[in-house]
Amino acid sequence: MTNTKKQDIWTYVSIGLAALFILFLVFPLGKLLKEAVYTNGEFSLDAFVKFFQTPYYYTSIFNSTKVALTVTALSLLLGIPFSYFYTFFKMRGKKVLFVLVLLSTMSAPFIGAYAWVLLMGNSGLITEFLAKIGITDFSIYGFGGIVFVQSMKLFPLVVIYMNGAFKDIDNSLLEAAESMNCTGLKKFKEVIMSLTMPTILAAALLVFMRSFADFGTPVLIGRGYSTFPVLIYQQFLGENGTDYHFASAISVIAILVTGLIFIIQKYATNKFKFTINAMHPVQPKKAKRFQNMFMHGFNYILVALAMLPQFYVINMSFRNYRNSILQPGYSLVNYQKAMEKDLFRSLGNTLLISVVTLTVVIIIAVLIAYLVVRRKNAFNNAIDVVSMLPYVMPGGVIGIAMIIAFSGKPFYLTGTIAIMVIALVIRRMPFTSRSATAAMMKIPESIEEAGISLGASKLQTFVKVTIPMMSSGIIAGAVLSWVSIITEMSSGVMLYNNKTITLTLSAYAAINNGTYGVAAVFATITTIFTIISLVIYLKFAKTEDVSV
Amino acid sequence: MSVEISIRNAVKRYGENTIIEDLSLDVKNGEFFTLLGPSGCGKTTLLRMIAGFNTIEGGTFKFNDTLINIMNPEKRNIGMVFQNYAIFPNMSVRKNVEFGLKHKKNLKVDIKEETNKFLKLVKVDGYADRMPDRLSGGQQQRVALARALVIKPDVLLMDEPLSNLDAKLRVEMRTVIKEIQREVGITTIYVTHDQEEAMAVSDRIAVMKDGVIRHCSTPQKIYQRPADVFVATFIGKSNLLQAKVVKENDTQYVEFLNGYKVVFNDMKDANHEEKVTISARPEELTVHKEVQKDGIKGIVKDSVFLGLNTHYFVDLETNEEIEIIQESEIGEIIQPGSEITLTINTKKANVFSEDGNSLMHGVDNITTKEQADKAL
Repeated sequence: MTNTKKQDIWTYVSIGLAALFILFLVFPLGKLLKEAVYTNGEFSLDAFVKFFQTPYYYTSIFNSTKVALTVTALSLLLGIPFSYFYTFFKMRGKKVLFVLVLLSTMSAPFIGAYAWVLLMGNSGLITEFLAKIGITDFSIYGFGGIVFVQSMKLFPLVVIYMNGAFKDIDNSLLEAAESMNCTGLKKFKEVIMSLTMPTILAAALLVFMRSFADFGTPVLIGRGYSTFPVLIYQQFLGENGTDYHFASAISVIAILVTGLIFIIQKYATNKFKFTINAMHPVQPKKAKRFQNMFMHGFNYILVALAMLPQFYVINMSFRNYRNSILQPGYSLVNYQKAMEKDLFRSLGNTLLISVVTLTVVIIIAVLIAYLVVRRKNAFNNAIDVVSMLPYVMPGGVIGIAMIIAFSGKPFYLTGTIAIMVIALVIRRMPFTSRSATAAMMKIPESIEEAGISLGASKLQTFVKVTIPMMSSGIIAGAVLSWVSIITEMSSGVMLYNNKTITLTLSAYAAINNGTYGVAAVFATITTIFTIISLVIYLKFAKTEDVSV
Repeated sequence: MSVEISIRNAVKRYGENTIIEDLSLDVKNGEFFTLLGPSGCGKTTLLRMIAGFNTIEGGTFKFNDTLINIMNPEKRNIGMVFQNYAIFPNMSVRKNVEFGLKHKKNLKVDIKEETNKFLKLVKVDGYADRMPDRLSGGQQQRVALARALVIKPDVLLMDEPLSNLDAKLRVEMRTVIKEIQREVGITTIYVTHDQEEAMAVSDRIAVMKDGVIRHCSTPQKIYQRPADVFVATFIGKSNLLQAKVVKENDTQYVEFLNGYKVVFNDMKDANHEEKVTISARPEELTVHKEVQKDGIKGIVKDSVFLGLNTHYFVDLETNEEIEIIQESEIGEIIQPGSEITLTINTKKANVFSEDGNSLMHGVDNITTKEQADKAL
């Protein structure tokens, strides 16, 4: 006479999710791994040997790691003071600053790089200006350029994270420190920094992963400074034909590197296990005159620098071009050309892919959140862990895995919208499922029991009570996912064809064709999309509670 | 339709852990029944088994004659009030109360009218269109009560409903709960760890420990004739004193460690020289300022004047420490360090055997109908 409650609809949900993950994540990863270590049906490590014997190859991983570490350090150095000034002091135009920060980090990944090329490339605006006053030995290309462009794009992530963390510091902690004679820089270092260390580490990991996986920036301004996402792409589109075998091997190595970084970060975070929650958050105070000027200057100049490329690209979209050569005057001719170049198809594809991806991601994330929080068991935990795997997988790796898994029997998906959606769902899953799980954790179980005790079934309770309660958390996460889906590039670049091309990919194709004006149009449209999405987002979210 | 609840040989296990081994209980139709006990005693577990949120590993649970062991909670027709209120934060007060009515399709009532009636009953009709986050804790608990009652449940289940409220509101709300329960006349099971709250609201109380009902009776009987030492100390405060049974000339005495002998008229027959524990509540002891021949001597360690009563903390010559409460008198209270003599009110105090069970007549401890029939 036992209650057989455990066998309910959720059992089938977890089995269904497991099947989906096995098919679309575990299977492609398995294929990738197999491809890496098998040649002509035999086990062989020749690809790895080739990789580590050829300086050109192994330096690319080296370069990528070096870039990512430098960018991480620089982003922290810029982002932490920015956020500190922003939260602890009174500042003019705070709202505007914040929106601009969001905007600059949400922009399409390569637009920044492209605009900097226009500004500081061989015949760029700033380059020519500097040449006039006699400065010539300077270049946006290579290591320095990649680090600069990526830092400008990624430091806002640190700002967003740190704003949240600083707000959780209780003012009385700082007063306690001051009462024990710990003030000024010492206070900042020993109290404020150590209280926010978990967040700093989380932000650092995110910046590292983004930088490490970035394809757009190095492909445009790398100029011989080889990084691994570009290398994978080259193997895929190589001059000697596609070498899946070698591309897979590089992918495996890349995952090992990001996996290692991930583990180091987790290890470091474990040393800072505590939670803070401010009853009396710090009130921003007015700084003294000189400090005040300095802080305003620092924040505004930084944001201006980060935003500069976007404005410049919008400007360039109206400039006259003849082929690749800039002509004087402004017109809409680029827009006309862009329409001939599948502007509407790109737009349509972008919308379709984004809507479908987002819907699927949200549904799966909500289901995972429920299973992980309410139905704790080994099976559901395994689903959760698997869904987090893509966090350490650069977009290019996912792209390759998709192609290897789904271009032969029994799945012919290459060249379809479906494969691009699948790749994006996989990429966004870790982020969305984290925020859904966090939202779910805040809902006490008794709320659902109340619904059931009142005669609603489990499913009705889930739909009418649980989901609405999670919704604000989910929407906040979803809009940001939406923006990054719109601006996605690194996996799409391997999966698209003329029929499934999106806005960002059209921009990339236009740059490759040398039609810079047209590229600027696609970039501008993408930016406008981003801005609209952010405006919607800010309506839903309590202005500054942003999670990325 | 209110029902009677009967539980036979209930078993609850979590993996290897057995929380409840074998528990039987009858709750009468319309009764306000309280499960009382320290945390971890299994009271909430039992309540959630009745509600259907915990699985039942053995035994039978019946509402009237209907077996509910494997019935889904939404089918059991229960009303439940939770410790944290569990008000849906995304719905207004009215929507919260309407929620159950909308899901109970077989209830042919005017939703709006019925909702208004219950909002009025718990006196939150003025806030019907507010969102829950703009209500105080007390108001939220009233809404929870209305929401649970409006669906005309067979049973009302309350899981520590007052423990999140401040002391003053707790006292106010327990009166509200009791009055409404009387008015609606519904079988209610109420879980709490607060013995004063239990005494204030209940028709009957089951005192639980380690998954076992130690004593089940009315508040008065439990307080006055507790079934064992645990119940005596858990309900109210009791001083425990060591003693032994002495039989002289057909009279059964209880002799304390210092030789003070008294007769308990309500005590059962016990063996000569048997060791016993006397449980005396602070008000069941009397302080004598003058040293007397009969009684236990002691030194006052501390005295606390609380208006109506004065509390004395006394070290006895038997090396036992006790607390005594006396009605305050005009004049100076007994100062710390004073020597006093103590006597015991043998009508009220209780005697327990060495294994902790009551040796008194008049212990009323009946959990099931079968026991009740046997007692007659």
